Amino acid sequence: MRYLNRLDSKIKQYEHGNFVVTSVDKFLNWARLSSMWQMTFGLACCAIEMMATSASHYDFDRFGIIPRPSPRHADMIIISGTVTLKMATRIKKLYDQMPEPKYIISMGSCSNCGGPYWEHGYHVLKGIDRIIPVDVYVPGCPPRPEALLEGVLKLQDKIRNQSTYKKNKA
Amino acid sequence: MAELKTETITLNMGPQHPSTHGVLRLELVLDGEIVLEVKPVIGYLHRCFEKHAEAMTYPQVVPYVDRMDYLASMNNELGYAVAVERLCGVKVPEKVEYIRVIMAELNRIASHLVALGTYGLDAGAFTPFLYCFIDREKILEIFEITCGARLLYNYIWVGGLSHDITPNFKEKVLEFVKVFRPRIKELNDLLSFNKIFIERTANVGVLPPEVAINAGTSGPTLRGSGVNFDLRKNDPYSIYDRFDFKVIVGNGEMGTVGDSWDRYMVRVWEMEESCKIIEQAIEQMPAEGNVQEAVPKRIKPPVGEIYARTETPRGELGFYIISDGTNYPIRVKARGPAFCNLSALPLMSKGCMIADLVVILGSIDIVLGEIDR
Repeated sequence: MRYLNRLDSKIKQYEHGNFVVTSVDKFLNWARLSSMWQMTFGLACCAIEMMATSASHYDFDRFGIIPRPSPRHADMIIISGTVTLKMATRIKKLYDQMPEPKYIISMGSCSNCGGPYWEHGYHVLKGIDRIIPVDVYVPGCPPRPEALLEGVLKLQDKIRNQSTYKKNKA
Repeated sequence: MAELKTETITLNMGPQHPSTHGVLRLELVLDGEIVLEVKPVIGYLHRCFEKHAEAMTYPQVVPYVDRMDYLASMNNELGYAVAVERLCGVKVPEKVEYIRVIMAELNRIASHLVALGTYGLDAGAFTPFLYCFIDREKILEIFEITCGARLLYNYIWVGGLSHDITPNFKEKVLEFVKVFRPRIKELNDLLSFNKIFIERTANVGVLPPEVAINAGTSGPTLRGSGVNFDLRKNDPYSIYDRFDFKVIVGNGEMGTVGDSWDRYMVRVWEMEESCKIIEQAIEQMPAEGNVQEAVPKRIKPPVGEIYARTETPRGELGFYIISDGTNYPIRVKARGPAFCNLSALPLMSKGCMIADLVVILGSIDIVLGEIDR
C-alpha cells in the first residue's frame, strides 16, 4: 500500500475494505516500471559491467530487475556489447520472441554505433538500432555501472509517461 | 517385446544461453541425456582484431588488445608491450616493470574471481558470485584511482605506463591483500569444499595430462591436469624470475587428476600465489623513476618478426608481430589461450551428461572476446 500511495491517487476508506482509484495508465505503468525483468544476455565486455551492476556493489534488484534466462519471460533486454553480423540475426530473433511490451537498452558504444570498431570492423554491426528499436542509449566503453543505472532510471521515466490508451486511439 | 527404436538428437546450446559465458554455440549430438558429440561453433564475437592491427600504429593497437580478453586487460597489454619492446629493443625502467607485475597479478585475481563466481552460478550456487564481486570491486577501485578506468585500461604502453601510481598506491594494495587473504578461505568454506559442489564437479570432465598437452591447452586448464607448466616460471618475461611463488597443479584431491574440481581449485590457489607476488613486488619496488621515460616518441621497429608469449589468467597468450620497418605492423597475430583451451572441450565432454556439460564448460573459463577476436 505504501507504494500505491506514490501513484498520486485518491485512497478512500470504505466500510467493507479499501479501494484504490487511479487511472489505467498509471496503474499499468507503475506495474511495468517496477518489475522490469531483464533477459540474461551478455555479448562482450559490457556484459562484465552489467554483471557488476547486478552483483553486490550496485545491486540491480533494488529496481525490480531480475535476470531471466528466457526471452519469453523478459520485459527488457540490455544489448551489452559488440553486435556482429553473425549475432545480429539471432538478436532480432530473440527480440521477436519477447512478449509485448518490451524495452531495449543499448549499452556501450559498440551497440550504440559500432564504437571502436566502426571504421575497420567488417563484421561489426554499426549500431543495434539498425535492426531493433532502442529506448535508451547508454554511452561509454564500457559504461560505468552508475551510467547503466542512470539508463535504467531514464527508461523507468519513459515508461512512467507512456499512455496505453492514447497509443491505441492513434 | 520388440526392440524400441531410438535415435540421436541434435541440439543447439547457445548462442543465447546463460552458461556459455558469452555467445558461444555448441552443437550437441545427444543420446537421451548422454552427450555423444560436442562441436563448438564460434565467430559470434569476431571483432576483426587483425584487420584493425593492420590499420593502426603500434600504440594504437593497445586498446584493441584490451578488448580481446576483457577480463584480464592488463595481462593482455603486458603481453603486447613485451612483444613490441623485444622487437624494438626498448629497455623499460625498473619501476615500470614492478608496477606492471603488480597490475597484472591484481588483474589475474580479478579475472579468477569472475571465473570462480560464475562457475558457482553454473553449478547452481548464487551466493559465491556476490561474494566474489565484492572483492573484485576493490581491485577495480585500485585500477580506477591509478588509470581512471574500471575494465579496459590502456594502461601498459609500449615502453612505459600511461600514468604514474598515486602516493597511497602501496598502502591501498597491501590493504587489499590483507583483506583478501581471509576471503579465499571464506570462498573455500562457501563453495570449494561444499559437498554438493564437489559432487557436481569432481570426476566430471576429466582431462588426462597427455591429452591436455596434445590439445595445446595452457594455464589453469593444463595445470589442473597435473602438468607443471607456467610461463612465469618456465619462460620468465618481465621480472617474474625475481619472485618466489609456487606453480599450482591439480592433484586429484577430490577425484581424478584433471577433473573440473581440480581446474577450479588451481584458480583458487593461484589467487593466493598472486597475493605473494604482489607483496614481494611492493616491497622491492624502487621509489624513484619516471614511468614514461622509455616511451618512444615514434615506434618504428626494424624489419623483422617476433613471437613473445606471456601467462594470462587463461594461459599462454602469444603475440606474433611482423614489422616492415614502418609505423604500422604488417601483421599482429594473437595466439589466444581460451581458443586453444576450448578445443579440449569436445575431448573431455564425450559421454558426459548434458547437465555436466555446463560444469565442464565453466571449468575451462573461456572468454569469447579472445576466442573470436
